[in-house]
Amino acid sequence: MPEFEPVLLANIGKADSHTLRVYAASGGYAALRKVLAEVPRERFVDLVKASGLRGRGGAGFPCGLKWTFLPKDHPGPIYFCLNADESEPGTFNNRILMEDDPHQVIEGLILSCYATRATTAYIYLRYEYPTALVRMQSAIDECYAAGYLGKNILGSEFSLDVYIHRGAAAYICGEETGLIESLEGKRAWPRIKPPFPAVEGVFRKPTVVNNVETVACVTHIAARGVDWFKSIGVPPDPKNPRDAGSYGPKLYCLSGHVERPGCYEAPLGITVQELIDRFGGGVRGGRKPKAAIPGGISMGLLKADEFDCPLDFNGPGRYGCLGLGTAAVVVMDETVSMIDFLHNSCRFFAHESCGQCTPCREGTAWSLKMLDRIKAGRGRLKDLDLLLEIGRTIGIIPGTTICGLADGAAWPIKNAIEKFRDEFEEYIRRTNPKGYMQTEPVPAFATLPVVTGSR
Amino acid sequence: MAILNDEMIAEIRAYFPRYPTRQAVVLPALHVVNAHLRYVPIEAVVEIARLLELAPADVQDTLSFYGFFKQDKPHGQTRAWVCRSISCALLGGEQLLDHMCRRAGITPGETTPDGKLTLESAECLGACEYAPCMLAGANLHARLNDEKADEFLDSLT
Repeated sequence: MPEFEPVLLANIGKADSHTLRVYAASGGYAALRKVLAEVPRERFVDLVKASGLRGRGGAGFPCGLKWTFLPKDHPGPIYFCLNADESEPGTFNNRILMEDDPHQVIEGLILSCYATRATTAYIYLRYEYPTALVRMQSAIDECYAAGYLGKNILGSEFSLDVYIHRGAAAYICGEETGLIESLEGKRAWPRIKPPFPAVEGVFRKPTVVNNVETVACVTHIAARGVDWFKSIGVPPDPKNPRDAGSYGPKLYCLSGHVERPGCYEAPLGITVQELIDRFGGGVRGGRKPKAAIPGGISMGLLKADEFDCPLDFNGPGRYGCLGLGTAAVVVMDETVSMIDFLHNSCRFFAHESCGQCTPCREGTAWSLKMLDRIKAGRGRLKDLDLLLEIGRTIGIIPGTTICGLADGAAWPIKNAIEKFRDEFEEYIRRTNPKGYMQTEPVPAFATLPVVTGSR
Repeated sequence: MAILNDEMIAEIRAYFPRYPTRQAVVLPALHVVNAHLRYVPIEAVVEIARLLELAPADVQDTLSFYGFFKQDKPHGQTRAWVCRSISCALLGGEQLLDHMCRRAGITPGETTPDGKLTLESAECLGACEYAPCMLAGANLHARLNDEKADEFLDSLT
């Protein structure tokens, strides 16, 4: 196998890597020039379809296939939304792309809009990325000046306008229909699907929502071709007819207890252990690892003896996790309490549940209350089964809520309790020696305000 | 009494051509007002609604969803978000927020009496390689510890 050559991070680290001058000097926008001049739109869609590129935002849906769901010969406008609302805990690859190589993203965005016949693109950028906002806006301005955006791009028939739309610190806006609602100026309540955005999306028009890293990959597929892309990564599992394979390079975010946290590029399929050893410089301070999140907190947990898990679209699922997610690996060393981990996770999801679906709104809040209570030494062994039941009800059983947030809330609960049950039981027995066997309901606890009325 | 001045109205109107509906300008308009006033009082909501040809309830409904825009009084001259999500929490993010709150004499979400600083807890700031981190205005403060946090707090006075 040939030596892996990073492409997504190739420019990053160069001086002024965010400018058009530097991007163009390394061959930037040559792919766009070539495609607009030589490749008809249908053939370009087929190319991306054939590459096997799967969405990098978390769901892993085949990108080219998503594009083909757009209605043929739709007369009105088609919209493209670039999902830059990266908010999954542990994830920062989109930020790095937008801050340090925004033109790579914009070239991919223009190519993707060309493929989908979109004439307006909105970049839904999370509020917490002020540097990315500045860099992306100045890259857009450079593109208008250079003729890569606007009317009749590079003398072709294709025209495109790109606008940045800033979010307001809400995780749910990363869900594609939540993003669409937010873009329309409403609360970001995800929509029931179907209709899928490709049929009825933003402003009730056909819409494609793709992640930042996904469109960056489109740039490289256009430049280097399908064979190059498919030479990287993991082919489909022959025993699984539904597996579309895990092709291409991937940005892995590594954080937590490692010596060298950062964003690293590797072929899809690298294992957690390889990532920690080759890129992360090992676990911090020479300590033993205890667990790792495989792809953002909503994907669940791997135990240290599961670090041979390959980080492709199938790997984490085989180890009882939800999936690859954003491929953001968070390493926890032996000093970490799994009670603290789960409390952190439950607090996140209780805070970020949008409140639309009752199972998610109530389930995330209830699980946080239980973790508050357990942490404070008032836990019962029975709570562990109750937590697992909440997880099952809100997210493990598919379809009880409109979007995937509850799945993401449920998987850490399931993995933490099933994989570290002894630790939870020991903690509860130790901190609540009088009450751990209690089974009757526990009165409302601690942080809740006491309502006394106004007599 | 008009809350929105001509400058804000012009900035909001500049967003109109970007979207096929006026409602899509709600979030940009809220950001414009917030950038000028550091909060969005209910009077501004009414005026935004008039400008966008919406009911005030439409704007207020969106505003209240995000929890980002304050309505009772402006946030401090500097608004600092200290991350408490998992990567930062593993490296002391929560203790850092506690420490800063104690030093500043406020609880998360509050503003110092001199109006200089609002401290808030944040969910993942997307800068996990710099954990524990804080976003203060447009500046990311990386790999914070108590000493660096104190330096930041002292720099505000």
